Amino acid sequence: MAIDASRGFSQLGGTEDPPELVQLLTPEGERVEHPDYDIELTPDEIRGLYRDLVLVRRVDLEAVALQRQGELGIWASLLGQEAAQIGSGRAMTDADMAFPTYREHGVAWCRDVDPVKLLGLFRGVNHGGWNPAEHNFHLYTIVIGSQTLHAVGYAMGIQRDSAEAAALVYFGDGATSQGDVNESFIWASVFNAPVVFFCQNNQWAISEPLEKQSRIPLYRRASGFGFPGIRVDGNDVFACLAVTRKALDDARSGQGPTLIEAFTYRMGAHTTSDDPTRYRVAGELEAWKLKDPIERVKAYMFKNQLADQEFFDAIDTEADQLGRDVRKRCLAMPDPGPLAIFDHVYAERHALMDEEREQFAAYLATFEGADGS
Amino acid sequence: MTTLALAKAINEGLRKAMEDDPKVLVMGEDVGKLGGVFRVTDGLQKDFGELRVIDTPLAESGIIGTAIGLALRGYRPVCEIQFDGFVFPAADQIITQLAKMPMRSLGELKLPVVIRIPCGGGIGAVEHHSESPEAYFTHTSGLRVVACSNPADGYSMIQQAIRCDDPVIFFEPKRRYWEKAEVDTAGADWYPFDAAKIVRPGTDLTLIAYGPMVKTCLEAATAAEEDGRSVEVVDLRSLNPLDSALVMESVKRTGRCAVVHEAPVFSGYGAELAARITETCFYRLEAPVLRVGGFSTPYPPSRLEDHYLPDLDRVLDAVDRSFTF
Repeated sequence: MAIDASRGFSQLGGTEDPPELVQLLTPEGERVEHPDYDIELTPDEIRGLYRDLVLVRRVDLEAVALQRQGELGIWASLLGQEAAQIGSGRAMTDADMAFPTYREHGVAWCRDVDPVKLLGLFRGVNHGGWNPAEHNFHLYTIVIGSQTLHAVGYAMGIQRDSAEAAALVYFGDGATSQGDVNESFIWASVFNAPVVFFCQNNQWAISEPLEKQSRIPLYRRASGFGFPGIRVDGNDVFACLAVTRKALDDARSGQGPTLIEAFTYRMGAHTTSDDPTRYRVAGELEAWKLKDPIERVKAYMFKNQLADQEFFDAIDTEADQLGRDVRKRCLAMPDPGPLAIFDHVYAERHALMDEEREQFAAYLATFEGADGS
Repeated sequence: MTTLALAKAINEGLRKAMEDDPKVLVMGEDVGKLGGVFRVTDGLQKDFGELRVIDTPLAESGIIGTAIGLALRGYRPVCEIQFDGFVFPAADQIITQLAKMPMRSLGELKLPVVIRIPCGGGIGAVEHHSESPEAYFTHTSGLRVVACSNPADGYSMIQQAIRCDDPVIFFEPKRRYWEKAEVDTAGADWYPFDAAKIVRPGTDLTLIAYGPMVKTCLEAATAAEEDGRSVEVVDLRSLNPLDSALVMESVKRTGRCAVVHEAPVFSGYGAELAARITETCFYRLEAPVLRVGGFSTPYPPSRLEDHYLPDLDRVLDAVDRSFTF
């Protein structure tokens, strides 16, 4: 079988041309123009994007290591998808609301969520450890595609508030087969909701390649629902920023939803429990390594003298410090007490919770002193 | 006091809630111009507009999923599921998201979403229009599950459900929609919606019911009186949480109990009641807790539903059986 790093084109349709990717920065670090999606970035902004990319990759690496050492039960790595997440994440205004899957660690970074708080659910000390309203970053959603409807409902709320804001919802290529995602497209369309659908097509839904989900490029699905779809180079942080910014602007100004397909690649396993060598060939990974989202920014910055070696070294040092800090604070995360099982199940007082909590506390109390303590 | 049918009483309750709080929304299939297939939302869109009374696409998961999003934005959506048998496409959003998100957020998020479901049989309907799915939801922690049985409760309980910060599954006995009774629409001194109520006092046996079966049990109690038996009827009103204190007090006093619901007996809500009552009232019981309900079959074609649904005679049969112990 031929290795095709640009998989996702219709392999069955035969005659159609490969769809065009919006790209502003080539894998070699060359800046290219696009008639619809240009972007002006200051050197500071570019250095900032580079820093984001490196730091989130470092946090991710640390989390993988923590899982390997038994400190996390599982981890879903974002490796390879940094540009899609940082580009789209940095396109939001403070008033916009993001709805992530469980892999959007880079978007969480853009929304100022402490990386350690992401680890709670993977360590098993909680199911989600931050206040979504404080960061305008919703909780991680594990059921595939559920959050797309939440984002559309939230966007309908924005409409009713006449607010200057939009919802940005993340999901993967596999999720596009879910009923909820398709329902969310319908709702967003008929209510003209201010929502942007950001699909990171990382080519794989655990072991299932894109061909198992769709016979047409995913971005083209949008036209059937009545709103624009666009494919962007998901490994190009400039392009992801430009395309998402435009889509969010459109949403905020009453132009309705957009589907963005960020064409990228899951460089790692689905999660730390997965073994991708069982279902994909090594050559595919090698081909995508040449399109790395960080290296191209670094090459561009070098070529254009936007940063010197000292800058890159300083970022690497900062990344290592961050990694160490995340590790230290992860290990310090306490296990909750057993009665936390009953906390926050209901917002208001609930007789059954009171009853079971009391009974379990009494049961636990029978062990007090049993071990000589 | 005003005399209202149940459907109209809930309608008035919805109207009052929408007047009291601009964040209250009504959403569902055909709830706008049509006023819902049972007219429970009649006139609301005309008076509150399309932004607050939303005719949705025909997608139940979409209704609940977007209601969650609206609640995250500070709204209080009241969703209508057109018929009991159509709630299942929404089950994923209800069970994995609505019920669990508050805990997932460590208490930071509240989801005051009400899901109104016309329930039960007895109207001669086709398949999927006569079901009693309450046990699926009482089994899901994070949800409150209530069932109204009469117009006065319909009026007050819907308003309390809307004011509650937790998600509430609100069952409405569709065959009672047209039955009228007095409703106090002026007062706001409501009986708590999570409390059970003794709707007919008695001394010899306790009948426990909710929703459509409350009326059936009241009729059975009247008939039993002719046989010289004093039957108490408890309207549970709230299935989760269960008002254990009231139930146990009643059963300890009468020593006999039968639970009546339309849903299949096997693994139904009555099983939970029977187990709890046995645990708590063991030494006061003169007879085992009996259950009267639907058979462990799919809901039958409507020409057979009179045989499937518990009626006066089936309830009286259970009363008789209890006294044989």
